[in-house]
Amino acid sequence: MNIEELEQIAESVRAENARFDHEINICMGTGCLSQHSNLVKDALTEQVAAQGKSAMVRRTGCMGLCAAGPLVLVDPEETLYQHVHPHNAAAVIASLGNEPVKELQCNLRDHFDQQVHIVLENSGHIDPERIDDYIAHDGYRALVKALTEMTPNDVIQQIVESGLRGRGGGGYPTGLKWGTVAKAGGDLKYVICNGDEGDPGAFMDRSVLESDPQRVLEGMAIAAYAVGASKGFVYVRAEYPLAVARLSACLRDARRRGLLGNNICNTPFNFEVEIRLGAGAFVCGEETALIASIEGRRGTPKPRPPYPAVSGLWGKPTLINNVETFANIAPILRNGGKWFAGIGSERSKGTKVFALTGKIKNTGLVEVPMGIKLREIIEVIGGGVPDGHTFKAVQTGGPSGGCIPAEMLDIGVSYDALLTIGSIMGSGGMIVMDDTSCMVNVARFFIEFCMTESCGKCIPCRAGTAQMYTLLTRICEGTATMDDLSLLEDLCSTVKEASLCGLGQTAPNPVLSTLKYFRNEYMEHIEHKRCPAGVCNMKAHVEALA
Amino acid sequence: MSEAVEVKTLIIDDREVSGRRGQTILEVARENDIQIPTLCHLDGLSEVGACRLCLVEIKGNSKLLPACVATISEGMEVSTHTERLQKHRRTILELLFAERNHICSVCVANGNCELQALGQSQGLTHVRLPYRNPDLHVDASHERFTVDHNRCILCTRCVRVCAEIEGAHVWDVMGRGINSLVITDLNDPWGDSSCTRCGKCVQVCPTGALFDKSKVGTEHPKHPDFLPYLNMMREAQ
Repeated sequence: MNIEELEQIAESVRAENARFDHEINICMGTGCLSQHSNLVKDALTEQVAAQGKSAMVRRTGCMGLCAAGPLVLVDPEETLYQHVHPHNAAAVIASLGNEPVKELQCNLRDHFDQQVHIVLENSGHIDPERIDDYIAHDGYRALVKALTEMTPNDVIQQIVESGLRGRGGGGYPTGLKWGTVAKAGGDLKYVICNGDEGDPGAFMDRSVLESDPQRVLEGMAIAAYAVGASKGFVYVRAEYPLAVARLSACLRDARRRGLLGNNICNTPFNFEVEIRLGAGAFVCGEETALIASIEGRRGTPKPRPPYPAVSGLWGKPTLINNVETFANIAPILRNGGKWFAGIGSERSKGTKVFALTGKIKNTGLVEVPMGIKLREIIEVIGGGVPDGHTFKAVQTGGPSGGCIPAEMLDIGVSYDALLTIGSIMGSGGMIVMDDTSCMVNVARFFIEFCMTESCGKCIPCRAGTAQMYTLLTRICEGTATMDDLSLLEDLCSTVKEASLCGLGQTAPNPVLSTLKYFRNEYMEHIEHKRCPAGVCNMKAHVEALA
Repeated sequence: MSEAVEVKTLIIDDREVSGRRGQTILEVARENDIQIPTLCHLDGLSEVGACRLCLVEIKGNSKLLPACVATISEGMEVSTHTERLQKHRRTILELLFAERNHICSVCVANGNCELQALGQSQGLTHVRLPYRNPDLHVDASHERFTVDHNRCILCTRCVRVCAEIEGAHVWDVMGRGINSLVITDLNDPWGDSSCTRCGKCVQVCPTGALFDKSKVGTEHPKHPDFLPYLNMMREAQ
């Protein structure tokens, strides 16, 4: 495979597409599929034949606006239809070349105009299971360019220049990580793609793997070339069957096209990838636990150092990056590190994909430049809080993150800014809460999650989260005293500082941030036995009085 | 010719000490009579860094590091007994005491228990946390030994000694989080398991969770100190 051959494939795909006047793209991600978008696709295909229109019907990945699914995008007009049902197919097809169907049309200019798509640039435009579609959208050019025109060091240099930081949550500089693995000795090295996305309310990685799996694979191959690895693993949750199926198809196609395997692009570079399924443990998203899981052992973390970059999978130097990090690699190499560094804020470059969920109008996936104000994401892109309720808090970073109150919404989204206000960027979950949410109850929910997901290895996390859950339950039931609150605060500090891995070290964040910004709600529960949001059941307290 | 030993000098608790490259902070501290409390650590076994009692403060590092796995480096300044560390140690001990059913007065290990001794040495006068009182079983199916999960602190010394020294790997951990449990084979009764009856796990158990059926009360001192000797003799072979 070389650039000319890629161009040939791209040309033939374009020629094929040009035979049609219209392209009808249907979202077949998990969200829209659950609303039977497959039936919509069948109905549309049938109608195209019946009405004799010149149109191609294509399944695509996620278009982002999951709440409005099933979504259908008609090109070249760029008409987006929402809530399309099979019985709407005739009308949609009949409208081709005429006025669009008004009642189905989705007019959310604000939602899309504020976004910058790098990771999601192909989502909703290509068939995720057709490698040729990906190639027609500049796919694999970055890999061919890296292999034929660049040294591994050049590649790492570009990544360093881009300022890309790990998208899994930690925000560690990607270029630095690659450099460390590249410098590590030994013939055998590994590249691992971390797709063990377990935060409640987060589905960025799933969507990327479902919509554009080839891009992740290309990023992994470039990384392998840069660090000198020849074997890769994609660790993905078994709860993502569609992502696994598309990834498997994508591996098969890449092998057939000679983009995986031995002597890729007639160079001495060999790279093979295997998929490993996670068994549903949240802690396996932690890199040392993930490695243990791939090795076939119990998924428990190990103290670091040694870092995986030095001693990882089977004791070999191992590069672990998140799905979204790998998805950023190909565009960086195609356009240069400087281009990427030009997007975003000072210390957080590029874009970030967020999964907007909770009490928000436009639930779904958004990709925004770093540094954008939280208010803009929630009020403009997300469309604000629905049903006349008022915004109370937004939770970023899943169970490891914190709740951000309304008065903090004007900060720009970046790794450092979120850290200073007691939350984290995390992998990109963003749960919006309105005045019907009780913040104590929210904190209890996240602690319960951490308690059940703790691996049990170290005592602060194992027993500490369980004790915090007991104390928070007392507060929610109205049986807590002020002593319980100070005990809770003591536990937060020990669990945060003394736990072995990131799960325990960040588990108290939801409690700490709600205590910081919504302390009055805790006090109402404890002193007046009253839940201001009307969520908590104070029956236990009432019974105790009687 | 043996390789030249690289010596590092560092400061532990305001004392200048030195150690060889690759040694852990704990090793160097103990060589210099600086006591750092430990529970999951045992000389002769691999380190897991799980009990978090040996956490120390390193100047210039905001994170606390476990002394049993953190290696020394030149010029390092280590504090082992700051107020912050002592507070965490007491809370960790409280968490351990409240996690299961540790009732010293009816325990065979009373007086010979590492958890009990740590409680005393760290000045733990009472437990503020609610006791969880879990309903756990006792497995007395083995002809010589008994496992009482109520007294287990999940230090995994038994798991490690069985796998690393005896080579049998009968013990392991099942479940996760607060529901973790040490098990023999695939959660079979100990008596029906592939146990070799060597008794090493009983000797290394820091509490009364694993005990010899023929012993009671203060007659049950444990002898976990044979491991380094055993390892040394094996290496000599």
